Amino acid sequence: MHDNSTVAVHDPALLHHFAEPQQQRDAASLGMWVFLATEVMFFGGLFCAYLVYRRWYFGDFAAASKSINMWLGATNTAVLICSSLTVVLAVWAAQTARRTLLIGSLVLTMLLGFAFLGIKGIEYRDKFVEHHVPGASFSFEHEEIPGHPGQYANPQHAQIFFSLYFVMTGLHALHMIIGLGIFLWLLIMAWKGRFTPEWHTPIEIGGLYWHFVDIVWIYLFPLLYLIDRHK
Amino acid sequence: MSMPSAMTQPPIPQAAERENYLNKEYGAWSWLFTTDHKRIALLYLISITFFFFIGGFFALLIRLELLTPAGDLVQADTYNKLFTMHGMVMVFFFLIPSIPAVLGNFLVPLMIGAKDLAFPKINLFSWYLYIIGGVMMMHCMLTGGVDTGWTFYAPFSTNFTNTKIVEAGLAIFVAGFSSILTGLNFVVTIHRMRAPGMTWSRLPLFIWAHYATSIIQLLGTPVIAVTIVLVAAERALHLGIFDPKLGGDPVLFQHLFWFYSHPAVYIMILPAMGVVTEIIACFSRKRIFGYSFVAFSSIAIAVFGFLVWAHHMFVAGISVYSALVFSFLSYAVALPSAIKVFNWTATLYKGSIHYDAPMLYAFGFLGLFTIGGLTGLFLAALGIDVHVTDTYFVVAHFHYIMVGGAVMGYLGGMHFWWPKISGRLYPEGWARLAALIVFIGFNLTFFPQFLLGYMGMPRRYYDYSHMPEFQVLNVLSTAGATVLGVGYLLPMVYFLWSMRYGKPASDNPWNAAGLEWKTTSPPTTFNFDEEPVVTWEAYNYEELDAPHKEEVPVAR
Amino acid sequence: MAGHVDALYIFLLIVTGMMALLVFVLVIFFAARFRHRPGVRAEQIEGSTALEVTWSAIPFLIFMVIFGWGALVYFQERTPPDDATEVYVVAKQWMWKLEHAEGQREINELHVPVGRDVKLIMTSQDVIHSFYIPAFRIKQDVLPGRYTVEWFRATKPGVYHLFCAEYCGTQHSGMVGDIIVQEPAQYEAWINGGSGGPLSATGEKIFSELGCATCHRTDTQGRGPNLQGVFGKPVQLEDGRTVTADENYLRECILDPGAKRVKGFQPIMPTFQGLVTEEQVNALVAYIKSISPAKPEAVRAQAQPNAQPKGSQVQ
Repeated sequence: MHDNSTVAVHDPALLHHFAEPQQQRDAASLGMWVFLATEVMFFGGLFCAYLVYRRWYFGDFAAASKSINMWLGATNTAVLICSSLTVVLAVWAAQTARRTLLIGSLVLTMLLGFAFLGIKGIEYRDKFVEHHVPGASFSFEHEEIPGHPGQYANPQHAQIFFSLYFVMTGLHALHMIIGLGIFLWLLIMAWKGRFTPEWHTPIEIGGLYWHFVDIVWIYLFPLLYLIDRHK
Repeated sequence: MSMPSAMTQPPIPQAAERENYLNKEYGAWSWLFTTDHKRIALLYLISITFFFFIGGFFALLIRLELLTPAGDLVQADTYNKLFTMHGMVMVFFFLIPSIPAVLGNFLVPLMIGAKDLAFPKINLFSWYLYIIGGVMMMHCMLTGGVDTGWTFYAPFSTNFTNTKIVEAGLAIFVAGFSSILTGLNFVVTIHRMRAPGMTWSRLPLFIWAHYATSIIQLLGTPVIAVTIVLVAAERALHLGIFDPKLGGDPVLFQHLFWFYSHPAVYIMILPAMGVVTEIIACFSRKRIFGYSFVAFSSIAIAVFGFLVWAHHMFVAGISVYSALVFSFLSYAVALPSAIKVFNWTATLYKGSIHYDAPMLYAFGFLGLFTIGGLTGLFLAALGIDVHVTDTYFVVAHFHYIMVGGAVMGYLGGMHFWWPKISGRLYPEGWARLAALIVFIGFNLTFFPQFLLGYMGMPRRYYDYSHMPEFQVLNVLSTAGATVLGVGYLLPMVYFLWSMRYGKPASDNPWNAAGLEWKTTSPPTTFNFDEEPVVTWEAYNYEELDAPHKEEVPVAR
Repeated sequence: MAGHVDALYIFLLIVTGMMALLVFVLVIFFAARFRHRPGVRAEQIEGSTALEVTWSAIPFLIFMVIFGWGALVYFQERTPPDDATEVYVVAKQWMWKLEHAEGQREINELHVPVGRDVKLIMTSQDVIHSFYIPAFRIKQDVLPGRYTVEWFRATKPGVYHLFCAEYCGTQHSGMVGDIIVQEPAQYEAWINGGSGGPLSATGEKIFSELGCATCHRTDTQGRGPNLQGVFGKPVQLEDGRTVTADENYLRECILDPGAKRVKGFQPIMPTFQGLVTEEQVNALVAYIKSISPAKPEAVRAQAQPNAQPKGSQVQ
């Protein structure tokens, strides 16, 4: 038909519309960075809403923040940071043709990701039991505002905190689940030996995505869990 | 290259025998699973045309209702749904995709000398997302629709309406991802896939315009996505984020909504500006005046466009100081558009101007966009905006830009590149007639609305029996709308006609500059026989019209 | 006021008309003059930085004039005079409820005397509406959960349209009314023709019925702050901030007492959210205003940028 490859050696991984592998890699990398920029804007809208209400209802937000489990949140932070380390290891392993390390790192990353989701599940269940889930059965009476003994948080404002808490961490968790799906696919491809030092773009851009999800959590943790904790 | 007259052109069978992207494979499967950007562009063309006529049908019903002061054609709730659906369909399912998804998809790789976009499968996926969003929207409309206005302000949309907000919101959410992916594809493609020698300063201004548009699509759309999520969550769970009775703030909704929806209007107009630039250069036979200024003004519009959203909120309860800042910035964003208008006008100076249909649409654009843009100056003036906001003045303003501007640009572009897309020439006589009908119909429809607005007729009123003095202008407007409708139907008819009976087009019937004209009409699947190497500046009309070549593009 | 808006409008018409004319004349002239002729080629002109700068700078200067003028008019529109007569407006789907300070109530109609400054203090019971009087060239969105303010001075007797200008549901186009501007004598006759007494008197009754006086005593023994003379004065809050006691602050204290607790007082005030109607809140606010001496600064309830805590003033 219409084959316009005049290149003598055609890398099997090179897609037909690219002139050379470097171009293809650059395109994939730029594509993922651009996509992450859109994700920043997506979460950014939520952060804006959060910042507005935190400023208005600081005391109520502090009281609500106190009621979520800081230790579980901190553990999750550590879990994600470790998972970013395993991702970096995976990329290095792919770059240096270390198959075992690659597969091991990918598996570890996924395990850490599942651990994160598991801990999140425990937190959500706790909130459900304490009636802190916004909606008909929400209740937040007689919760003291940190640093203001005798003053109690306004339940309506606390509900706004929890609304934002669930939407923000929920969307984050959704991104984690998608990330786990991506990494499962990477794991399968790695198991089949598809990645070489010359071509392992999916690992790199999958890694970028995972790092981004990690960074979002790094922002979420202090904003949600650590309001006025020193009081 | 170029321009045999109809008499000396080879007979039809030979042209049709040559393999191109249209006849390479047949069958629904080869279209529905294509990754060829040109086929995807045509898939979009069919889909957005469908939604254009749906939205247009709603507009017709609106205008029919407004013929008389009383609300006598439809019920109030129905009317409220009509203008809502008209807005949502036209904005999200026609205007925002139109030029980028059809002309952009088709031309961006061709213009930069690439074989396809950077991510062809993502391109196909973005069309499927659009279709899924479209199906959801159709279902929503057929099962009751939405009545909040396309702006779905809280707390009406979150707490007071019983219509299908969540479904419509999801449809828009999905279509929004289609828009994001298109933008992503364009940005990466323009950065990474330009042919050797195609430097940034040699890019056609159509590409600059689409680059700027893509930036807006990428950075703005996610914000309305998250706004929709919040509205849906609030409806479902009564969270209180926008409900003042629960400590929430309805004005926060407006900020989040307009943070996207203002840049969205630049998504709608920038590509049309790119089209108009290409057309004016070609049909004046000269390089665009002030290339760098036009290029950078596109970027400036994209950047400043993100800074003016609260000019939709001057009477919403924001502080006087905020209003001052946003008014000032709104004048700043008007400036690059003005610069473009002057550059286009200057391009005509000492040109050699041909009046083919694309150029007529470009002239129409110049006139109507100028009026629309100038009326924006009225709206940016705080003291005036208080009076005319939420009236028909605003309706007229944005229709001048979106219909008089963007749709004219879209139609001009469709005519200009039709020979390239289809391999056929459209009938020039009918096309010029249609352009004229559209221009006349448009002005008759929307100019009276400026007057109605200043006289005080509010938007979204289906019954104006308290103000019968508004009827005359409304009747004029409706009359214009019917003329406009005819003008839009004509191209549908003759474009379809031309696919079978139109004269076959040569590679470059307009003798236009640009890499897309250096390949066949229609192009082959991979666009170019050999990768082009660019050694010339954009708009090299001097060379194209050099004395030893036939001087005038004769396409018929 | 309308005259100022129209003056700016006419100025804009002239300026934009001239700009449009310039562009149209040039386009048409060039299109005709430089129409393709056989043997005549286009002249490739790269551009001209001087021209670009000129046609950027001049429009920009013109824009700044328009901006400045528009800002001036807007500032006037949004600064009610201190001694304006107040009318409370409650919008609901799909009608306007108005209450004069003297107590007279109206639905979808507003009687005002010619030549008097009238300030509307408005809130909504449900969704966002907008109070639009085209003849006076003024409009202001009416929001649930807070007050917004609009003012005018009618200069000619007559009846003028009132429209709701923010889509609010089924009968949005039915939410219309009349502004009835009367000669002072006629207006006096109308306003004295009935009603239950001034709004502030109604407020005083509610104040006592709801037991507010139990804590808000006029001596220093009260468990709540003394409200005599509080309106318009700065108030120091428990968290260190200082706010001005304007209409929005008073309203917030009634509906959400813990939000801005006054320094030195215990957080024991119950909320009256759901226990009072908008009209009752208006009456209470009117009463508290009436027990303050001279007319304090006009409410800048409008100056509520979303980034600021509600009820506070820009100092």
